[in-house]
Amino acid sequence: MTRARWGGTVHLVNDASNPSSASPKVTARGVSKRFDTTAGEVIALERFDLEVAQGEVVCIVGPSGCGKSTFLRILAGLDTASGGELTVRRDNPDKPENAVVFQEYAIFPWKTVRENVAFGLRMRGVPRAERDATAAHWIERVGLARFAGAYPAQLSGGMKQRVAIARALAYDADLLLMDEPLGALDAQTRLTLQEELLRLWSETGKTVVYVTHGLEEAVLLADRVVVMTAHPGRVKTILDVPLPRPRSIETTTTPEFAALTGELWHALRDEVARAQGYEVPA
Amino acid sequence: MSTVAPPRRRFTPFETWWAPLLLALTLSVAAWPLGLWPVAWWVILATDFVLLVAAMERLEPRLPLATRPVFRNALAIGFPIALLVSWELIVRAGILNPRWFPPPTSIAVALWELTVNYDRFNDTSLIGRPWLIPSVWASEGWSGVRALFAESHVYATLSRVFGGFFIGAIPGVLVGVVMGLNRTVRTMLDATMSAVYVLPKIAIFPILMLVFPDPFGEGPKVAVVAISAFFLVAINAMAGVQGIDPVLLQAGRAFGANRVAMLRHVILPGALPIIFSGLRLALGTSLIVIVAVEFIRAQTGVGFVIFYHWQVLMTDRMYAGLVVTMALGVGLTALLQWVERRVMPWRDS
Ligand SMILES: Nc1ncnc2c1ncn2[C@@H]1O[C@H](COP(=O)(O)OP(=O)(O)OP(=O)(O)O)[C@@H](O)[C@H]1O
Ligand SMILES: [Mg+2]
Repeated sequence: MTRARWGGTVHLVNDASNPSSASPKVTARGVSKRFDTTAGEVIALERFDLEVAQGEVVCIVGPSGCGKSTFLRILAGLDTASGGELTVRRDNPDKPENAVVFQEYAIFPWKTVRENVAFGLRMRGVPRAERDATAAHWIERVGLARFAGAYPAQLSGGMKQRVAIARALAYDADLLLMDEPLGALDAQTRLTLQEELLRLWSETGKTVVYVTHGLEEAVLLADRVVVMTAHPGRVKTILDVPLPRPRSIETTTTPEFAALTGELWHALRDEVARAQGYEVPA
Repeated sequence: MSTVAPPRRRFTPFETWWAPLLLALTLSVAAWPLGLWPVAWWVILATDFVLLVAAMERLEPRLPLATRPVFRNALAIGFPIALLVSWELIVRAGILNPRWFPPPTSIAVALWELTVNYDRFNDTSLIGRPWLIPSVWASEGWSGVRALFAESHVYATLSRVFGGFFIGAIPGVLVGVVMGLNRTVRTMLDATMSAVYVLPKIAIFPILMLVFPDPFGEGPKVAVVAISAFFLVAINAMAGVQGIDPVLLQAGRAFGANRVAMLRHVILPGALPIIFSGLRLALGTSLIVIVAVEFIRAQTGVGFVIFYHWQVLMTDRMYAGLVVTMALGVGLTALLQWVERRVMPWRDS
């Protein structure tokens, strides 16, 4: 079953009949995105190719403005691609297709922490008692139990972001799309939540596409790291991270980890400099 | 640039907190024989005010820390009282004509008289003599109480304001939200709305009088309030919807909200702060419009009280009407703020 969402050439495949883990969860082929602005045409993505296997964690890194958020939005069905083909296999028609953590938190200021976390469940028609229990569970796991009745205005930036994470996890979609979810957090909270995410993913086996600026974070979390070029946004290289799981913060002290981080920085350095307008000697 | 050592401080009378007050007094008195008051009274008053502010700012840091909040409150209450007292004194000294500027004490007396007296000529009273309600209820029941309401100027004004406000504001919110959501509707209506918005609604009152079967009844009065409220609320509701952070709209869609849920959970609450500022403007404007209408076409209402007593040259009662109007404005605003806190608890802290 194929359906075009919001028109365009992007297709989302609702393929419950063929849950073979051989076919990838996400297949992006030549996805491109143009923005027509008054200042002219901005090419945010050009011929972007990516396959994400079921249960795989893929991190996307790249210079600021290279189109990471744009790709994630298209993947989430919140924006249309200008060209190419995007297929998302759906295994469980009862569960939502994806859950998103936005770069800008995007939690509702007029809802309490509890109502924000339960929002997706409420939209799915989950009965009140059940969604409150689920929300309480996730609020607890991101360490906000004391603030369940608070409004976002009473929370710090990092706490708001944890609400956004809890909201996405409570929604229980197969595909988790996270756009720099830990970007605004302090170092200690970030470490705690990185470990928490590793544990969650190993428990639930979710497929994750995770955008980050942190190279170490990418290596710690990912099975593969996608390095993007800027202007236009394309896949520059894809780095395999063969570190064994389960991983934890201790993983970051191993020499393999350091070697992989160095390799990643090497791949990214020129792109970052190019995006900033410098030329780098080879 | 070189730094210069500050000169050694010693007491000078110019540095005391009351020095500006003395200066203000000297200035005001000296201006008298020089004949400056009639020509430059506003310069003298402005200077006096600045000097008064200077004196108070010098005084505050010299007070013990604990008494400063009391001092602030005393300033907030004391200054208006001082204004009233000076008004009283100036009129009693014969400087201002009491016919046009009756002293506050006679305004208070007039307000009391208007409240307790029943005007046999117009069959009205200011607030409807609520102390009669128990006895009237016992003798005549509901119809008697209703008659008391009907004679009340304040009730007449309030019912026009509330009636018009609700009839205008509810469709105003609906139309504004639709304009905010739908670009085509917005494009089609925007020019018309902006044009009618700037039109003083009192100017269409004659048309409204022709439209209603009873031109002198309540219909046109309520309608002109409703129209004034409608445009203010609609334009603000539109701005409120358009001002919602797009990422919140995306979040709503991402977590499965359908159109109705988007409206209920994202768009309406997101636009609510601006909708409420529109409602606040609309309520204030409703009062302005109705008082103006009551000037020209009414036998009841506080606007009528003001205008009637101007016509019969009972200016203290006219001022009493102004005081009632101010009280209504303050009361309505406070009521709306109370509703606002109820409806938007997340904006409290
Ligand atoms: N709505 C839009 N209209 C016009 N241009 C846009 C729009 N959204 C994004 N762009 C452009 O597309 C490009 C990619 O933006 P995007 O937000 O995807 O970058 P990003 O990789 O997420 O950057 P960052 O790491 O800073 O979040 C940028 O050059 C941006 O200017
Ligand atoms: Mg981004």
